Amino acid sequence: MGDFTSETISHIDREFIHDLLRKGERLDGRALDEYRPIDIEANVVPAKAEGSALVRLGNTSVVAGVKVLVGEPYPDSPDEGVTMVTAEMSPIASPLFDLGPPREDAIELARVVDRGVRESETVDAKKLCIEKGKKVYMVFADVYPLEYDGNLIDASSIAVNAALLGTKFPEMKYEDDELIETGKIISLPIQNSAIEHTVSKIGDHLVLDPVLKEEFVQDCRLTMAVDKNENFTAMQKGGGIGPMSLELIDEAMGMALSRTKEIREAIDEAVKAVE
Amino acid sequence: MSPEKRPDILISPEGLRIDGRRIDELRPIELKVGVLKQADGSASIRQGKTYIIAAVYGPRELHPRHLTLNDRAYLRVVYRMATFSVPDRKRPAPSRREKEISMVIANALAPTIFLEEFPKAVIDVFIQVIQADGGTRCAAINAASLALADAGIPMRSLIPAVAVGKADGKLIVDLGDEEDKYGQGDVPMAIIPTTDEITLLQQDGSFTREELIEAMQMGINSCKYLHELQKEALKQSYVTKSEDGHSEDDDYEDDMETDLGESEIMEDE
Repeated sequence: MGDFTSETISHIDREFIHDLLRKGERLDGRALDEYRPIDIEANVVPAKAEGSALVRLGNTSVVAGVKVLVGEPYPDSPDEGVTMVTAEMSPIASPLFDLGPPREDAIELARVVDRGVRESETVDAKKLCIEKGKKVYMVFADVYPLEYDGNLIDASSIAVNAALLGTKFPEMKYEDDELIETGKIISLPIQNSAIEHTVSKIGDHLVLDPVLKEEFVQDCRLTMAVDKNENFTAMQKGGGIGPMSLELIDEAMGMALSRTKEIREAIDEAVKAVE
Repeated sequence: MSPEKRPDILISPEGLRIDGRRIDELRPIELKVGVLKQADGSASIRQGKTYIIAAVYGPRELHPRHLTLNDRAYLRVVYRMATFSVPDRKRPAPSRREKEISMVIANALAPTIFLEEFPKAVIDVFIQVIQADGGTRCAAINAASLALADAGIPMRSLIPAVAVGKADGKLIVDLGDEEDKYGQGDVPMAIIPTTDEITLLQQDGSFTREELIEAMQMGINSCKYLHELQKEALKQSYVTKSEDGHSEDDDYEDDMETDLGESEIMEDE
């Protein structure tokens, strides 16, 4: 997902990908605007995490888990809870990932997925308030890539959405300066959701859901978060320095809009299957 | 501590913004080239209350060495905010936000630089936000591009950048701090002015496809105007330099200096 344009790829592969694209074809036989097969398994960490999902996007896979904690609100928003998404690129997922503190591409992954959730106001922050100024729910969704074969952003976005949608946790109340469980198990106040769609620009061509080899030869990528009402709630151009024309950006937005419904349905179905 | 409160409206019934601007009007912009003497190139920008200084060092030897690229120079951008540049004191350690912005700025600037002319070297771009009042990543690009030119780095073009957005349902150009915080969305963008291609694009808030296209078109127009300001600032940096020596409309002063010089010599004699 990062900028691997400086990684080594053979000229034969590079030419092959370009040649195929000129014929409107891709390495794995997909259409240019087609996702790899998506497999979503919801609630894979049932004993410990409040919500979770394992997502396979072709040979890319990630696991996301949600923990709901109780904490103090930020002083500038005393009646709002917090939702936060983090992600790391652990070396288990690819020989390209190093040990050590997160590099800028890992930070970008986390921040782009976080922006998708935050900007669409997926979780109603006001309803995460337990006692104004004292206690609020803090929702942490953390993503761990397991296999990296391109497009970690979309896989992570799908996993986070599925995990948040299926999250169940004990309701708390605040009485006499003490937190007590009410005994009720509740879901998160989900009011919207945004799915992220990533398109790679390779030469004059756009491909949806790039595999690793396509990321190696891409000029850049554009990630777009599309919400329930088909509005765009976040975008990020990254993954290389190639510029993009307004026409290509419009085309990319069209690709995202044409595929967003099927992803949304797949997530809903997977979450329902475990309920 | 400067307390902040949310304004009731961002766009008045007359169609004016909170600071009196029209929807497609930029804030007052002052660009200066060559503001730091130690750097190979530098520039500053004041855009409304936003104040940023950019410095360029290089091309020079790259440390640590494992970052070396064998076929081109490594463009290293470091965007940093001063602790006192925002209402609450910012923590001094580099934040994740700063790292991400550094990366997108590098991506925005790189396409027009002839990086392949300097294999294995590094070109360092250091950006210091002194006062942040919205639109810092775009203002930083405007200044950094000028600093690169000032350093004599070969480039195909300067890169102008601007944030477009939405407030009270209207598309607006060059978001101020309140419009950024309380508006309905923000689209920072940068372009190559000769081809209109977009080199920086991010978005938050909520937009339809049509709104985004219109917003980006407004952004392209504003970037073209900014590009003119950049060129003017760059030319200005050479004009001031030549005034120290001799330039045509200073002939009179030149004569005076010569006269004074000669009279001094005469006195000595």
